[in-house]
Amino acid sequence: MDKIIIENLNLFYGDFCALKGINMTIRANEITAFIGPSGCGKTSLLKSINRMNDLIEGCIINGRILLDGESIYRDVDINLLRKRVGMVFQKPNPFPMSVYDNVAFGPRTHGIRSKLKLDDLVEKALRQAAIWDELKDRLKKSALELSGGQQQRLCIARALAVQPEVLLMDEPTSALDPISTLRIEELAVDLKKDYTIIIVTHNMQQAVRIADSAAFFLNGELIEYSGAQELFSIPKDKRTEDYITGRFG
Amino acid sequence: MQYVNKALKERLKSYRKRPVSLLLFLPVMISAAITMGILLLLTGYIIVKGIPNIKPDLFSWEYSTANVSLMPALINTVLMIAISLLISVPVGALSAVYLVEYAKSNSRLVRIIRITAETLSGIPSIVYGLFGMLFFVTTLGWGMSLLAGACTLSIMILPLIMRTAEEALKAVPASYREGSYGLGAGKLRTIFKIVLPSAMPGIIAGIILAIGRIVGESAALIYTAGTVAKIPEGKDFLLDSTRTLSVHMYALSSEGLYLNQAYATAVILLLTVLAINSLSAYLAKRLTKS
Repeated sequence: MDKIIIENLNLFYGDFCALKGINMTIRANEITAFIGPSGCGKTSLLKSINRMNDLIEGCIINGRILLDGESIYRDVDINLLRKRVGMVFQKPNPFPMSVYDNVAFGPRTHGIRSKLKLDDLVEKALRQAAIWDELKDRLKKSALELSGGQQQRLCIARALAVQPEVLLMDEPTSALDPISTLRIEELAVDLKKDYTIIIVTHNMQQAVRIADSAAFFLNGELIEYSGAQELFSIPKDKRTEDYITGRFG
Repeated sequence: MQYVNKALKERLKSYRKRPVSLLLFLPVMISAAITMGILLLLTGYIIVKGIPNIKPDLFSWEYSTANVSLMPALINTVLMIAISLLISVPVGALSAVYLVEYAKSNSRLVRIIRITAETLSGIPSIVYGLFGMLFFVTTLGWGMSLLAGACTLSIMILPLIMRTAEEALKAVPASYREGSYGLGAGKLRTIFKIVLPSAMPGIIAGIILAIGRIVGESAALIYTAGTVAKIPEGKDFLLDSTRTLSVHMYALSSEGLYLNQAYATAVILLLTVLAINSLSAYLAKRLTKS
């Protein structure tokens, strides 16, 4: 089932063309990995899907992105879009508030006021992020006191609390130690049965471990896009092969 | 002790080898000593002359020429601070929010606002006093009053509050805003629920600085709030003329009859400034800790 369809997407930062003619389909309930060298445009594409690029002055986009068949630039209210398409950033960025308030921020934003309902949503989100047991006795303590790995899982819980359909992850484990990385990878695999996940990663072993589909970008173009196992073992394009084997990167 | 002596001996030896470094060391130490000395002299002199004159009489609620009480002036100072802040903090903070969150960084309006604010902060306070007198006291017909004084002071501290609020807002990491937008929160909610609370310590530090300036202000107030030594009361209390602590000191010293009480008042003023500075240092420490 097609969750997100990207048609002829071009993205400019001022005069610089960061994405050229991207056409791809993201399937629901799968983990899709965007890979490629630095500056290839994978993060720009990721950020287009929840319109975070709108925050950047001078960023121009043409083409279409469809979420469940509706154009995100025309048919969907931007705040509702960001509720349906959640994001986890490269560096964990919990708010300077308690753990509870961090997770409850999303639901409160979207109109949920009842304490009972919020308690319930917070617990559910923290359980989904596999961090409930660690934090259940310290919900009122500041989120800034947590370790890096815990903070990132908290940010995942925070994104899940608004019950999105898609989860965008921008190199979510690049700032973390190997054990936290593994935990988050397990989390992603576990979550894909309920969510559609797109993950940008520099770590090809990570992509091999968890992705169902993989898309290789170079200089703003989509070079190859296929099943992950296929792309990493029998790449069709020479450039893909060169990247995967480490001839450049 | 042995270590100290060793270090001193080694230092003296190195100075013999390189007399030029002694040439630098001596002026540095002497300058530090002079600075400390001036501060100690000033505060010591005031305290020594003032403390014997601190009598309970000085704190009575009603001012009379017999007791030259500073209590009305102290209360008026508090009132003056409260009203000035009530006017300038919302205006200053919200202007800062506009500058940081809404305006395009290179826009002409931003540049004009910035130049205006910088110019305003450089104007001597007596000029504010004269403006206040001509505008609030005379043209608007308020007379010498608490309100005229407070409005003049608000204009004076507005650039200070705006600048510190702007710095505090800019210091909020962009990642907080991104996180908030990413969850589907709009701009207004992001500003009021995430950005402003994070910037609050810095904004408060700016407010404390502004309070310090208000307490020390005398020239602007003599022409706008006047020198009546009474606590304003009644429903028209904003239009009563009042004197603040600094003005009270000026009055005492210039009348020449109450020098002792003037010294006592100076001690109280010094303690007030000390209290405010300690508060802001404490807040600064809390800021850097979080």
